[in-house]
Parts: sequence; C-alpha cells; structure tokens
Amino acid sequence: MKRFIAALFILPMLFSGAGADDGLIERIDALATGKLKDRAAQIEAISETGDARAVPALQALRDGSLYFRKSDKKVFLAEKSGSDFVLKDPLTAAEVETLSKSAVRKVKVNNRLRRQLTAVIGSMTLESPDPGTRLAAARTIFKTGDVSALEALEAAIRTEQNADVLAAMELARASALLKSDAETFEKVKAVELVGTRGGRDAVPLLKELESSQDESIAQAAGKQIAQIEKAQVLWNSAQTVWYGISLGSVLLLAAIGLAVTFGVMGVINMAHGEMVMLGAYTTFVVQEVIRGSFPGLFDYSLLMALPLAFLVAGACGFAMERGIIRFLYGRPLETLLATWGVSLILQQAIRTIFGPTNREVGNPSWMSGAYELGGLTLTANRLWIVVFALIVFAALFLVLKRTGFGLQMRAVTQNRKMASSMGIRTPWVDALTFALGSGIAGIAGVALSQIANVSPNLGQSYIIDSFMVVVFGGVGNLWGTLVGAMTLGIANKFLEPYAGAVLAKILILVFIILFIQKRPRGLFALKGRAVEA
Amino acid sequence: MSTLKNRIRSFGMATIVAATTASSAAWAEDTIKVGILHSLSGTMAISETTLKDVMLMLIEEQNEKGGLLGKQLEAVVVDPASDWPLFAEKARELLEVHEVAAVFGNWTSVSRKSVLPVFDELNGILFYPVQYEGEESQRNVFYTGAAPNQQAIPAVDYLLENEEVERWVLAGTDYVYPRTTNKILEAYLKSKGVSDEDIMINYTPFGHSDWQTIVADIKAFGSEGKKTAVVSTINGDANVPFYKELGNQGISATDIPVVAFSVGEEELAGLDTAPLVGHLAAWNYFQSVDTPENEAFIEAWKAFIGDEDRVTNDPMEAHYIGFNMWVKAVEKAGTTDVDTVIDEIIGVAVPNLSGGYSAMMPNHHITKPVLIGEIQEDGQFDIVDQTDGLVAGDAWSDYLPDSAKLISDWRKPLECGNFNVETQTCGGKGS
Repeated sequence: MKRFIAALFILPMLFSGAGADDGLIERIDALATGKLKDRAAQIEAISETGDARAVPALQALRDGSLYFRKSDKKVFLAEKSGSDFVLKDPLTAAEVETLSKSAVRKVKVNNRLRRQLTAVIGSMTLESPDPGTRLAAARTIFKTGDVSALEALEAAIRTEQNADVLAAMELARASALLKSDAETFEKVKAVELVGTRGGRDAVPLLKELESSQDESIAQAAGKQIAQIEKAQVLWNSAQTVWYGISLGSVLLLAAIGLAVTFGVMGVINMAHGEMVMLGAYTTFVVQEVIRGSFPGLFDYSLLMALPLAFLVAGACGFAMERGIIRFLYGRPLETLLATWGVSLILQQAIRTIFGPTNREVGNPSWMSGAYELGGLTLTANRLWIVVFALIVFAALFLVLKRTGFGLQMRAVTQNRKMASSMGIRTPWVDALTFALGSGIAGIAGVALSQIANVSPNLGQSYIIDSFMVVVFGGVGNLWGTLVGAMTLGIANKFLEPYAGAVLAKILILVFIILFIQKRPRGLFALKGRAVEA
Repeated sequence: MSTLKNRIRSFGMATIVAATTASSAAWAEDTIKVGILHSLSGTMAISETTLKDVMLMLIEEQNEKGGLLGKQLEAVVVDPASDWPLFAEKARELLEVHEVAAVFGNWTSVSRKSVLPVFDELNGILFYPVQYEGEESQRNVFYTGAAPNQQAIPAVDYLLENEEVERWVLAGTDYVYPRTTNKILEAYLKSKGVSDEDIMINYTPFGHSDWQTIVADIKAFGSEGKKTAVVSTINGDANVPFYKELGNQGISATDIPVVAFSVGEEELAGLDTAPLVGHLAAWNYFQSVDTPENEAFIEAWKAFIGDEDRVTNDPMEAHYIGFNMWVKAVEKAGTTDVDTVIDEIIGVAVPNLSGGYSAMMPNHHITKPVLIGEIQEDGQFDIVDQTDGLVAGDAWSDYLPDSAKLISDWRKPLECGNFNVETQTCGGKGS
C-alpha cells in the first residue's frame, strides 16, 4: 500500500503537463483502496495534478455518489436508478454500465475529508468558465482561509473580468493571507479588508487573530470585531422579533381553528389538535401519491394538499358535531370529556393505519434554505408559514364579515333564539361552523407538517398552546387571537435567551394566569348581549 | 328431591370447573411465559412498539428451534401506555398474575425507575434494552443498552481526536438521562483541559419544536474561531424539528457536527436526511454493520414485519443479545427459577450482531463495541470509527467524584450494587 502511494507521488514527475491522463485516473482509482485514514493523502495526490477534469469525481466523493466496482476496484460516478446504479466514467461522465447494489460499494468519506474536499474543489475551480462556480470557489476559500490556495487566487485575480467575482476573490485572498506568514503591514491591511467587507462570516476568522503574537494585528482584529458586533446589536433584536413573529404565526395557525370552534361556538374541543394531525397526514398521503406517480409535481404537493386537508378535517369535524357534540350543547364538562375521547380514538386510528413511527413529509424546494436580509437570516419555511398564517387569518376574517354564512354564524352566536325566529336553521349553521373550524385546523396541519413531526402525537403538542392563545386573546374575537398569538410568540422569544426554553414557557404560563385574573375575558373582550348569554 | 337434584347439578358443575382449572394449569406447565412491557400507545409508542415486535419475533424463532427446556415460550404482551405509574402496575400484573419467567421492557429511565421496586419486591428479572445514564445497578435488572462509557465518552473522544473540537455545546431534553449524561461529559471534558467558557449547556422541554433561537445561539457560539461540535441528548420527537432548523439555517456537518445519542435509523425514517449528511451518532449497533449475523437478522425482521422499508436499530440488537443471554442462562441452569438464573447469567457470552461476542458482567451490564456513524442520504449510517475491542459497561461513572469510588458486583460473596471501595461498605441493596 505504502509503495503504491509512493508510486503515485512519483507519477506526475514521469508524466508532466496535460497529457498525464493515466496518472489522474490511477490516482482516482486509488480512492477505492486503503482505509478511511489513508484517504486524505489520496485526495492530496489528486489535487496536486491541478487538473480540473478531476473536479466532478471530487465533488461526487464529497456528495457520496462516488462508487467503486467490487470486482476490479475501478472508481465511477454513480447515479441511483431504482435499486441499481448507473456507473459513469469519472473523467468523461460517459455511461459505462448499470450494476446492482451488491456489485458496487460507496467510497467512504467523513466530515474532515469533506472539509478537505471543499477546500480542494474551491482552489481547483477558480479558473472555471462559469462565473457562479468561480464565485462559490472564492467564497469557500474565504471561509476556510486556505493558505495553499493563495497562488491560484493571485493568478485568478489577474485575469478576472467579473467585478463581483473579483471582489470575492480579493476578500478570499485577504482571508488566506491572514493565515500565511506574510508581513505584518500586509496582514493588518487584510484584517481591515476582511472586517469591513466580510460581515458576520469574518468574525470567526478575526477571533482567531485576536490572540495573535503580533500586537498591531491583534489590535486591528479587535477593532474590526467590535465594529461588526456593534452593527450587529440592532440586527440581533430584529432577529429576535422575527423569531417571535414566526413562533407567533405557528401559534396563530394552531389556534385559529379553535378560535372558531371554541371562541365563536363555545365548544371546548379537545380533539382540535387531532384535526391538525389529520391535515398533516393528508399532506403525507398526497406526497406519497405524488412521489409514486407524478414526481415532477412534488413542488406543488402542499398546494394540492391544502383543499384536501380542509375537506378531510372539515368532514371529520362535521361528523363529530352531528354525531356527538350537538347532543351536548350547554354541558361543557361532558363536551370536554367526549371530545377528548374522540381525540384518543383518532390518534389510535392513525397509529393503526400509518404505524406509530414518524412519517416523512418533504419540504418542496421553495421552502428550503434561507434568505439573507441585511443582518437577518430568514429561513424560507418560516417565512412562508408567516405569510400563510396571515392569509388564512385574512380569509377567515372575510368569511365571517363579508359572506352570508358568516353573517348567519355571527347572528346565531349572538342570539340563538332571535336568529332562529328570523328563519336561520341554527343546527345547520352550528354544524357548518364546526366543520369550518376543523377544516382550518386541517390546513394548519399542512403548514405545520413542514416544521414538526408527522406522528400520531402531533396534535397533543399544540392543543395546550392553542387554548392559551384563544383564552389570552379573548374568546370570540379573531383579532384577539392574532394579537394574542403574536404577543405570546414574541414574549417567549425575548425571554428564551435569558431564562432558557423551559423557564420561558413556565413564565409565559404564569403571566397568562395572572392576566386572566385581571381580565377574565382576555385581551379583546366581546361586548354587548352575547356576554350576558 | 329438588334439593338433591340441585346438589347433584352443583356437584357436576364443580367437577367441570375443577377439571377445566386443572387442565389449564397442566397446559400452562408446558409453556414458559415471557413478559413484554413496552408502551403500545401514547408518546413512547413511536419507539417501543418496534421492540415489542422484535421480542415476538425472537420468541417465535426460539419456538421454531424447539423452545426452551423442551417447552414452548409464550409471550405475554401488556401495554403500559407511556404512563409511568402504569408501568409499575403492569409489571406487577406480569409477575403476579402471569408469573412470567423474565420481562423484557421499558424505554425511558423514569419508567424503569418506576418498576424497580416491583421487581425487587416480587423477585423478577428485567432486561432493559436502551442506552441510559448509568448510576444504577440492581440485582433484578440486566442492562443490555449502553452505559455512558459505552456511548457518550467514546463519541466525545472521536470528536476530540478526529475533528479536533475545542468548543462544546451539550444540548439535551430536560430530564434525568441528559442531565446525568451531561454532568458526566462536563466532568470528562474538564479533565481533558476544556475550559468553562468553551462549554455551553442547554436544556429544552420534551417535544420542543421551535428551535430558531437555540440554533442561532449554537451558530453564534460556533463562530468564535474554534472548532465547535454539538453533543445532543435531545430525545425523541424534538429531534426532527431540531435537525430541520439546522439544515435551514445552513449549518452543515462540516461546520458544526452534531453527535447524537438518541437518534437512530428509526428516528431518521421520518426525516429528509439530505441536509444532515455527516452529522454523527454513537451506538453499539447500526443497521449498516456488515456481518452475516446482521444480514440474517435484518432479513428475518423484514420478513417478520412484512415491510421491506422497516429498519433495525440499537435497542433491537440489545433485546436480541439480552434474549439470547437469558435463553443460554436458563439452559445452563436447567430451570427458569429467578435466583438460579440471576447467578448463572453472569459470564454468559452470546454473539452480537457486529461480529463479536457480548458477555454479561458481574455488574449486570454487558460488553459491547462502540461504533461512530455518519448519517447518509438514505437514512442509514456510515460507520467511520469503531473501538478496537469491546467496552465493558460501567455502572458507576469514573468521572463523577461520588460515583468514582463505587463498584458493583452481584457475584457471591459481595452481592452488592454499590460497594464503596473507600469505606468498604455496601451502600444498600441496589440503586
């Protein structure tokens, strides 16, 4: 083995220049041999060629799609198709053959090798014709501060035309300079460049220099860090507010259906969480069908799941109202117990049908990743959930205020007898209102499936929070639910850094108890005749 | 006359009743009952149902091989419904009503603590298959899961050596296992020269789902220019949103690796693992272990459960080892008598699924290899490191000053679970 590696190091001396085809392919094939700890040297040997044709193989190695054939230990780029693997030539990417899973084996890597590979690929793609690739390469070097890339960077800076890429490369060069043995004045200049242009990502690089032997470097680094952190303070509070809004929107989604069934109708519905769960499982089923039959439509799976979840949960709510709750109006304790029983039945039914384990609901591509907005990081799934929560709120608000059904609903809540004598079929309105509340819980489940576990216990984790929001906001008032959810979310997030997640939750609960003592009807109390009823 | 008739009738009834009781008793003589005490409903059903199934499979396999001591094994399944006090009641039911020869069960530490007095009082045998916080050794309990020195410590060693980690986040769910494990790890890290300011400890409630602030904190903690890693004792359901948030905030395993002690194949099954590639887990078994024993086990499991997509995990292997150990001890003793089996099982060695033999130690813990795996895109683990030999489970941690001087040895004449080597006294039976 040792001799083999030694031979590899001699090879480039034998074949120099671009004609060294055999050397490169042999170096790549060497990856199939030896143990995990030998791999760093093997990657080093490949990068020494500086041959850009090796990049696809290195990328595949990093991403875990580099395989070798067990029979002759030749290395290939592999693509999974069904249970088989399509093997492609590591240099030309030409298809070679298709083999079964048992005939190939993956070339293993670990985190340390992935870091090495990222750095190596970065310095090898600096000359790539695609500006996007060059930009990514420069950013990688900036983060790793790879000294060995310095030469390649300087060569690339001389020929670079694109202004954005050039700026990124200069920043990367500064970062690499910091770790090199360059002159002090050069390093101080680099510190300033990294500090002023690097933003938050520069902090780790500068922190390392703060304890530097050279005083002027340490001072410069300290000054830059202080400046970055000063600029960051305001952004940090903004970030906390954002986290609060995001948590608040989750609470709002969970509670808004309950605001209808409990808030408007006064039914203590313990099975509310299970309606959310039904919505999440509907999403799972929709995604399964899409995965099986129309994989191209995966990005639209949530949009398709929305109406279905509304119908499934709504129908379930309708059946519940007609079958159980209508016999129990005016008897809150019995309603509580009966709906709690229903929630257990639904949980166990889901457990029997789908199994007790979590189900995977995928994120469509537009809900993955994060956006940078100044010093803020907005994760895509949270952003969409905030938007979605507000849309649902607005839609429900319009239904209640602007439609005939909403008018009837409000009439029945405010004065049942009068509404009935005006010709409104109150039992029918009751059933539809309950179905509406449940349906909204269902579509909340579609959104929550993106951030929570889809398991039979999903609903339980939201039921307490939902009641808290509705009671705090004021029973029977949608605005109260909105303001209540946002207040609790933001308060929780501001408390969390100081008190820890466990204590923050307790403090919020204590606060609500005290608040309800003072204002038993919540933030926005309903006034008028309904109160006395 | 009528009274006589009645008497005859009642006599006849009595005989029939007596006969049925006798025959059912005689029938019961032909089987050995094995109790299975795992939650099939409630929060823990997600993890424990699988263990019930694997026990049924092992019992079925044993019966096909001709049973035990010439008798068939009979599984008695009860459902403690993730309710800790109910665990004690159900354990009592298994031992008193069903008179089972051994019980396999429990997942959470709190449920184990709740059944301990029952097993002590009624003198039963419990095999406990889950990694736990240690600091316990009971005469009636056999711990086939990992003690902290068989999971947490080797994982931290791996990060120290291979990833050269200097700053540590110890994140856990707020209950006894993470708190004790983190206490041990904190002491261990400090013994390795890690300073206070380089350790961040964070606890979250059960089922915590909003990880934005904490992940942002971890990110900030990790951007101080020193290599940072997260040691996660986050339990169960809270893991999925935690990993999702890590992925969304763009923290990859190459930046800040997370090593988890409660995340196995089963937990990953509910997750899109692509953003998690490279995060680590430490266990004594992975489904990806490449041995003929494991291959046979996976095949048998998939056939038994009738689902090609079901995965195997570490607590399942622990039951596999524990059950085989019990079978071997019973065969050796020639009886299922509890006291005899408790004496005979010490020293019994059975094959584990990673190609070696696990043995029962005098402290009622077993020897196991420790494996470090990296999460792959297919939801499986790539084994990146493995201890050279087997690691013996240590009931009392060497890194906690109060526990360091305690040893456990259930062989005669010591027969003590917490013998203090300094004072030369046994601190009481068990606990």
